[in-house]
Amino acid sequence: MSAAGQVVSLPGPIPLSMRGPAPTRVVVGYGFWLFLLSDIIIFAVLFAAYAVLSGETNGGPAAAALFDKTHVFIETACLLASSVTCGFASLAVQRRDRIAAYLWMVITFILGAAFISLERSEFASMLAAGNRPSRSAFLSAFFTLVGTHGLHVTIGLCWLLVMTLQIATLGFLPMVQRRFFCFGLFWHALDIVWIGVFTIVYLGAR
Amino acid sequence: MLGKFTLAAIPFDQPIIMGTVAVIGLGGLLILGLVTVKGWWLYLWREWITSVDHKRIGVMYFLLGLVMLVRGFSDAIMMRTQLAIAAGGAQGYLPPEHYDQIFSAHGTIMIFFVAMPFVIGLMNFAVPLQLGVRDVAFPVLNNVSFWLTAAGVLLVNLSLFVGEFARTGWLAYPPLSELAYSPGVGVDYYLWSLQISGLGTLLSGINLTTTILKLRAPGMSYMRMPIFCWTALASNLLIVAAFPVLTATFAMLLLDRYCGFHFFTNDAGGNPMMYINLIWIWGHPEVYILVLPAFGVFSEVVATFSGKPLFGYRSMVMATMVICVLSFMVWLHHFFTMGAGADVNGFFGVMTMIIAVPTGVKVFNWLFTLYGGRIRFTVPIYWALGFMVTFVIGGMTGVLMAIPPADFVLHNSLFLIAHFHNTAIGGVVFGAMAGYTYWFPKAFGFKLDERLGKAVFWCWFIGFYLAFMPLYALGLMGATRRMQHYPDADWQPLMLVALSGAVLILVGIGLTVAQLAVSVRTQERRRDRTGDPWNGRTLEWSTPSPPPAWNFALLPPVESTDAHWAAKQQGQAAGQFAPASPYIPLHLPRSNPTGFLLAFFAVALGFALIWHIWWIAITGLLGALAVGLRQAWRTDTEHEVSAEEVAAFYKQRASAFHKRQASEEIAA
Repeated sequence: MSAAGQVVSLPGPIPLSMRGPAPTRVVVGYGFWLFLLSDIIIFAVLFAAYAVLSGETNGGPAAAALFDKTHVFIETACLLASSVTCGFASLAVQRRDRIAAYLWMVITFILGAAFISLERSEFASMLAAGNRPSRSAFLSAFFTLVGTHGLHVTIGLCWLLVMTLQIATLGFLPMVQRRFFCFGLFWHALDIVWIGVFTIVYLGAR
Repeated sequence: MLGKFTLAAIPFDQPIIMGTVAVIGLGGLLILGLVTVKGWWLYLWREWITSVDHKRIGVMYFLLGLVMLVRGFSDAIMMRTQLAIAAGGAQGYLPPEHYDQIFSAHGTIMIFFVAMPFVIGLMNFAVPLQLGVRDVAFPVLNNVSFWLTAAGVLLVNLSLFVGEFARTGWLAYPPLSELAYSPGVGVDYYLWSLQISGLGTLLSGINLTTTILKLRAPGMSYMRMPIFCWTALASNLLIVAAFPVLTATFAMLLLDRYCGFHFFTNDAGGNPMMYINLIWIWGHPEVYILVLPAFGVFSEVVATFSGKPLFGYRSMVMATMVICVLSFMVWLHHFFTMGAGADVNGFFGVMTMIIAVPTGVKVFNWLFTLYGGRIRFTVPIYWALGFMVTFVIGGMTGVLMAIPPADFVLHNSLFLIAHFHNTAIGGVVFGAMAGYTYWFPKAFGFKLDERLGKAVFWCWFIGFYLAFMPLYALGLMGATRRMQHYPDADWQPLMLVALSGAVLILVGIGLTVAQLAVSVRTQERRRDRTGDPWNGRTLEWSTPSPPPAWNFALLPPVESTDAHWAAKQQGQAAGQFAPASPYIPLHLPRSNPTGFLLAFFAVALGFALIWHIWWIAITGLLGALAVGLRQAWRTDTEHEVSAEEVAAFYKQRASAFHKRQASEEIAA
């Protein structure tokens, strides 16, 4: 990207909208915000589908009978904590502090992986009891909504791995720093979505 | 090993299909042969296929749209021919299972692979130039978007001779599109090609929105942006907000079909009407995604060729943004017959009528721009005037159908078909053609032939009325859409008139090709060396034609709307040849094969998923991943153009311009 900013001389402070092309860091961050917006709309559709279908149990188990709230609480705690550690990792990347960055990235990874393995065990026990997504429309919507979030977290873990390798091989290039900034946004956004899932799906279970 | 795929999937026994495939194959071979003989491969690879230049990508999008227009139109004329003969007891020449694929493919192709590439191509080409910047926000991503769209195109066309296409209509409503009722690969072709190209569209929307909001020439505040950029902004915001809905909805249908989920099935609690709600929450904004940029083109064309600033710029901006918001509040008018009750239907009926208000504001703004102007009757203004007449009729029939009781009568009739073609052809196609003619000299440095351009217009204009006005009448007489034959022979005369209109449009498409060929052959005569052949108003006309890869050596300072016009008024015309030296070295993004390679693996992935060939699917996924990782580690992403090279470019263009001026003076 070669958006070399140019300055025009106007009397008084120049309004932000008239200062010419924004710096690359801002442009990349803004584009990624828009991507997150679109991603959140995907979740909005899945939430809507869940709301419509949550009562359609087709004679199978309803939400309240299925969920182990303690289990989900530990899951939630892991993910929320990982958002905090991800924030510390972002600060370390900004400071170009390699050791701290690795440390916080590893902790973030472990917490994220713990979340995923807890979700896996929850899904596995439901499947083992015969409560498959094909059992009812409610279970279809449940597995899709929660599973899509889980898939996002898994992709996030892979991305975190790639970021570790990027820092190891390329160092703190501006390009790498911008990417880590985007990763941070992604990871926090998944937290926000999970708060929706936790509230609507698990706490709202009837 | 090959999943569901067998040789029986290729319809050797269908002469129509095999003939088409032979023609496409032969044409393709001819083109490939020509490229090989002429030794153009390296040039094509370096300068076009891997190009990250928004202008080239825009041209490729538009070309893709033109090619697919031929495909989509072939479907159209087959349908019209079928209905012209299948009256009374006659069955015509297309059996129902083939006819169903044709109307499904026609709608899918025309919306996703003709109208969308047209509109995105024009936005890609013109928006950065109008904003006075060097490229879009994410040039490599732009190339990826294009190739993902092309991947979708390839999959749809593959369905022609490997397997079948959906028989479900262009939106694949369940339960018909569920595995129980559509067990073949047709719906899977539909879903995967649209998932892949939809991802490309979403990325393109993010890219252009970021470009418009974050990259503008110094001094260009929001209220100084050219109106086309405003409509492009609205359109791309809608893409970002609406396309994820499409992706999620299709993902749910895919889960139903591949994994036995029950989102939209009739049994186990599934809800087919939820699909129809969701698909139209994408679908109605989609019509504005297409038509808003067309409105933008008409605004530019009307202002330029009236020699006046656009009347009511602020109200035009307001109208555009109001449409942008309201377009999400009318979706239910596509299925008033769902039975949501009088209150819900009433709300959506009223919302639909309200959205006609800002559209009306626009029409009056165009009329008042024309009023008192010295109108130059060039081809783009022909399209604009044709649009105003035609689109108003389409808008009025739309408001008519916004009345729920009227809609109960007209739902799924040919009246509806006439209505949306009235807006889609009269709005989007006319707009695309206007934009094509208007910006062609900017892209290639010479004008298209005017006489043939006007002939194309008249063919489309008269052809449209002949083809679709009878459909309004037929719809009121009770003719439904998607019928393969009809018992009432009284309908036949009107069907024959409609066919004659389609034939006239065919002539128009043929003349478009002729116009292009004639113009290319006589390009020296039509060359424009000023960079401003129409006496334009906005910044794209302040650079040479075709513009250099960097668009602007220095970003032009902007002090008002119609920045180029203002510069000309201040006696700074022809400044495009000596933009404020000394020149500075420029850093431009390098060509990048990522998009092409991703599309290659996306096609493999899509094809394998359609046919359940899991090992190819995994290979495709891993391949795409590898391409992505390679891109992540690429560090030499830019190359430098030295100040001398920049200077040499302008010197050469200036001397060509002065030579031309001198020869004109001698001739005079």
